[in-house]
Amino acid sequence: MKADLVKTLQKKKKQILEIWMEKQLADAGLRDDLISNEELRIQSEELVQALVQSITEKNLGNVESSEFEPVYEILAGISLSRAKQGFSPRETGIYIFSLKDSLLQVIQEEMRDDPAAMYAETIRISKLVDSFGIATFETFIKGREEVIYRQTNEITEISTPVIRVWDGILALPIIGTLDSSRTQVVMENLLQEIVETGSSIAILDISGVPAVDSLVAQHLIKTVSATRLMGAECIISGIRPEIAQTVVHLGIDLSNITTKASLASALRHAFSQLHLEVRKKQKQQ
Amino acid sequence: MMTTQLVTLTKDRMVVKLEQDVVPFRNRVKEHATKIGMGLVNQTKLITAASELSRNMLRYAGGGEVLIEVVSKGRENGIRLTFSDKGPGIEDIKKAMQDGYSTGKSLGLGLPGTKRLVSEFDIKSVPNQGTTVIILKWKNG
Amino acid sequence: MEKIPILRMGHFLLVTIQVDLYDRLAVNLEADLVQMVNKTGARGVLIDISAVSIVDSFMGRIIGNIANMSKILDAETVVVGMQPAVAITLVELGLPLQGVFTALNVERGMELLRNRIDLDLNPEDDDDDAISDAD
Repeated sequence: MKADLVKTLQKKKKQILEIWMEKQLADAGLRDDLISNEELRIQSEELVQALVQSITEKNLGNVESSEFEPVYEILAGISLSRAKQGFSPRETGIYIFSLKDSLLQVIQEEMRDDPAAMYAETIRISKLVDSFGIATFETFIKGREEVIYRQTNEITEISTPVIRVWDGILALPIIGTLDSSRTQVVMENLLQEIVETGSSIAILDISGVPAVDSLVAQHLIKTVSATRLMGAECIISGIRPEIAQTVVHLGIDLSNITTKASLASALRHAFSQLHLEVRKKQKQQ
Repeated sequence: MMTTQLVTLTKDRMVVKLEQDVVPFRNRVKEHATKIGMGLVNQTKLITAASELSRNMLRYAGGGEVLIEVVSKGRENGIRLTFSDKGPGIEDIKKAMQDGYSTGKSLGLGLPGTKRLVSEFDIKSVPNQGTTVIILKWKNG
Repeated sequence: MEKIPILRMGHFLLVTIQVDLYDRLAVNLEADLVQMVNKTGARGVLIDISAVSIVDSFMGRIIGNIANMSKILDAETVVVGMQPAVAITLVELGLPLQGVFTALNVERGMELLRNRIDLDLNPEDDDDDAISDAD
């Protein structure tokens, strides 16, 4: 009696796929902009094929069975590619759960005469597909995380430009939050550039840093200390009044650091350190 | 099903008994770090930490052994160093891990500073039996 | 036993560290250098560490000691050419070498020492004068 289910599924493979495809294509949320119907069909067929091939009477109740490995693998592949293509988690979820609907529909049709068996099998199939669903979400999130990871790396790389504003003067505008990994990148870039250009003054402009708490301040102090160890001076500019307020309220000691309100005044300070003078030209009559 | 576990890829053992062993030991650590493609700054941090710990081992326990491992977890590779000695041990680890405890002229422990240089830091010590310090530095961390 | 050579250049002493220092070598350098400062009456000490890839707390302390001892003997110490990775590591380690002068390279270090010593000779000179001199 029970052995029937596995056989039924194998026999009805085509039908399952057809019902599933029908459901997917009828769904209002079909993303034919992201994936062609043709591709969707190939993907779905592969999954149904793997499922009916790996399912046996023995493993049906055991979602952890290693025999389902091929199914999980295909699911992982689908999930990852969907995460990268920009599908929402809901859309990917609906994709898997509509497979459950199709399987259940076939079971209902086949076991119409035996409600007790139908009930038992429905639960078993539900459990199995639910487990597939969870695995899909896990990999979906992993796929997203990979995207985030890559973007984070890109952002850190492009967001710390070191600018040579004058012979011997470097400027480094920091935009965004300054955490410890970012500080490391900032420090490395700045110090490397100091060596390469032989600059003796570096201006760290923090106008683009949204907030300065004690941790950020500590990162700034570290950068200044490292610059000093190299034999160059580091000025921090772009300190907004709110930041000055928080710094004092938090009791952060910046007295050992040269701070300036604007990049312009930092530059003026740098010029005077290097004994340079910027003057307005006399008008020629 | 998809848990990422720490796997040891290679193992290498070295004895640090004399002051002259420190430089070759640092070079060995550097070799391993270079092999896994660790950046210069992280390499320098790791080797400095290794230098601090081997020096402690020499000074307080008359030397010991270091296990150098290349480890991997998920997409990250790293170097793990295990320093074990059979010295007097540390009475109060909490105190030894406090910043400032290290800055004393005679006490060259520098444990809190060393901890800041690495990704993971673990210390176990039994008085009169010895101390084990494990540090781990990820390639990108 | 290996020794780190100390070169005399006018009023200054120049030490270029080319090898990874083990403890004994560093301790000897400290002793030799202080002896030399005393013997030559040098006004400045330049320590070039551009070839040094690791400075740990022990080395850091030796450098600090040299600076403090020289100061007592009326000589300023400048550490020049520190590698970026070494600087970052020292800061993280909590050893920012307070009280030691630093410069990008030997040339800048010399310049710094010369300015320091000139200032000492003419204490009434202040910064404003220095700028107008440059004009």
